[in-house]
Amino acid sequence: MVRIRMAEEAVGRMVETGEARCPCHLYIGQEAIASGVCAALDAADTVWGGHRSHGHYLARGGSLEAMFAEILGRTTGCSGGRGGSMHLLAVKQGILGTVPIVAGTVPLAVGAAMAYKMKKEARVATAFFGDGTLEEGHVHESMNLASLYRLPVIFICENNLYSSHLHWTERRVADNLDKAGDFHSIPSRRVDGNDVEAVYSAASAAVARARTGLGPSLLECRTFRWRGHVGASTDIDVGVKRRGELADWLARDPIARVEARLRESGIEDLDRNPIVEEIKDALHAARQASFPPPGRVLDHIYAEAACAF
Amino acid sequence: MRILNYAQAIREAHAQILASDARAFVIGQGLWSPWYAGASLEDLDQQFSRDRVVDSPVSENATTGLAVGAALAGMRPIVFHPRMDFMLLAVDPIVNQAANWSYLFRGQVAVPLVIRAVINRGGEQGAQHSQALHAMFMHVPGLKVVMPSTAYDAKGLLLAALDDPNPVLYVDDRWLYGTSDPVPEEMFRVPIGKAALRRAGRDVTLVGISSMAAECSKAAEMLAEENIDAEVIDLRSLKPWDSELVLASVRKTAHAVVADPGWKTAGASAEIAATISFEAFHDLREPVERVALPDCPAPTSRLEEASYYPGAREISAAARKTLRRKPAQEAAA
Repeated sequence: MVRIRMAEEAVGRMVETGEARCPCHLYIGQEAIASGVCAALDAADTVWGGHRSHGHYLARGGSLEAMFAEILGRTTGCSGGRGGSMHLLAVKQGILGTVPIVAGTVPLAVGAAMAYKMKKEARVATAFFGDGTLEEGHVHESMNLASLYRLPVIFICENNLYSSHLHWTERRVADNLDKAGDFHSIPSRRVDGNDVEAVYSAASAAVARARTGLGPSLLECRTFRWRGHVGASTDIDVGVKRRGELADWLARDPIARVEARLRESGIEDLDRNPIVEEIKDALHAARQASFPPPGRVLDHIYAEAACAF
Repeated sequence: MRILNYAQAIREAHAQILASDARAFVIGQGLWSPWYAGASLEDLDQQFSRDRVVDSPVSENATTGLAVGAALAGMRPIVFHPRMDFMLLAVDPIVNQAANWSYLFRGQVAVPLVIRAVINRGGEQGAQHSQALHAMFMHVPGLKVVMPSTAYDAKGLLLAALDDPNPVLYVDDRWLYGTSDPVPEEMFRVPIGKAALRRAGRDVTLVGISSMAAECSKAAEMLAEENIDAEVIDLRSLKPWDSELVLASVRKTAHAVVADPGWKTAGASAEIAATISFEAFHDLREPVERVALPDCPAPTSRLEEASYYPGAREISAAARKTLRRKPAQEAAA
């Protein structure tokens, strides 16, 4: 969680200086969700994400240097400098792709789960998405398919209350995302998304259910993003001021909460210096890497061979 | 050699794919009903189980997205859209996802997916049951698009599409289901991107797509009676399309007609005509003629419908026009 927070703060600084030019959607404030869910997964399980997926990528053990390099458009980026912040891939770590089309990867995660079921592999696919995603019709189609075919997939809704600049009350009449699976007979529950232990515990139950062939689950993890929809600023969110609300949520910092609990158990706060060094080194290496030359711009429009994972 | 019709050839390709590749499965609407797919999928669910031949809920988008995800995870799905019109609900997984993923992850992933869509024209089915939308997908980098017009190609292109590591849109046409030709029993492939020379000729090149390729052959016979020797090329693949064969033909005949079962504006015929005009400008004696649907939704009522679809008559008229020949009856008079 701390590593995600500090890496995101570094990305935020790169956005502010103009060094990072691609749209960056920071995960600060939501770290407990990626960390809690990914801790409940096995190495062979897969994670599918969206535009705000730096946290998912890092929680699965994606390379920090490759993420920075990707954001900076370098050859050594995790997507070869083709994707930027919104298109992350780490096949070995089971990050099978993040895309900014809202809900774009939700049916893909369901399809991966279909493949695992057909191949009789005990793997689980997880689809991370925001609260706005439940406004997309094909998420409901996807949930129906997952339930009908009893697929090993977990729908993780990170409800940070805002979809871009719109508060949920401007988009829905009822605060009921935790009921989103009910219509499809998918067990759905609300979790405190700023409590890493609560997320881990709920995710573990959902993973166990998926792995034993009982089908999908949905978790609504309540949280708040501290920064704007896109970019690094804290209080101006694509034209919307929400300073008062943010103050409430800063007091519920998921990292401070877990550190307080650890202190109660006699465990000292994490030494952040090694992470500072790691980030410094990763940034340095990313900055040293070359840009993909324009002469290669037409490469890989078509795949030359299939590559299953 | 055995004679199969177009629908039987599609069915045989499916059966051979399902029998030989455990990764393959078919998903889409109407797979368990002859109403949707004609004989092209008949009893496949009985032969290969309903776990591998999956008649899906009415969810074009999620079903197609599921197929993309399954392809990424090592399967070889064929997602079926019994009416191409309904496939418009699945444009995101096709255009934004399947077509993009190899490129935007710099070749680290591939989407070996077959998307099968059926054109269902005629029969007074109207604007939302009749559309031939191949040109919209021909526009998209990362997709391949094939449109067989014979039973032989229907089988060979489906098998080639399944082998391809990329998303391939396979468009077949219910009008062609009854057409028959010799089809080998073995699993042969028709290479994607290669057109077929259906008739050699000296005077004019007729380039046909899907059902219009058959109409081009009929037009060539009509023209032969007027001593016009037409060369007929069946494009078979639209993306990539075989510009080499087409240009070689046009360089010989100096006249070209492109016949497309889709709309005219920004259609497949526009792309092919533009390429011919640019690449073979100095070999052409007259502008390239195009025969395509008018820029108008499909009507239903019979007289309007009959007037809407061009065929061999319109193709032969276009050939005469580019050759500056008078229509047959006038010439005889």
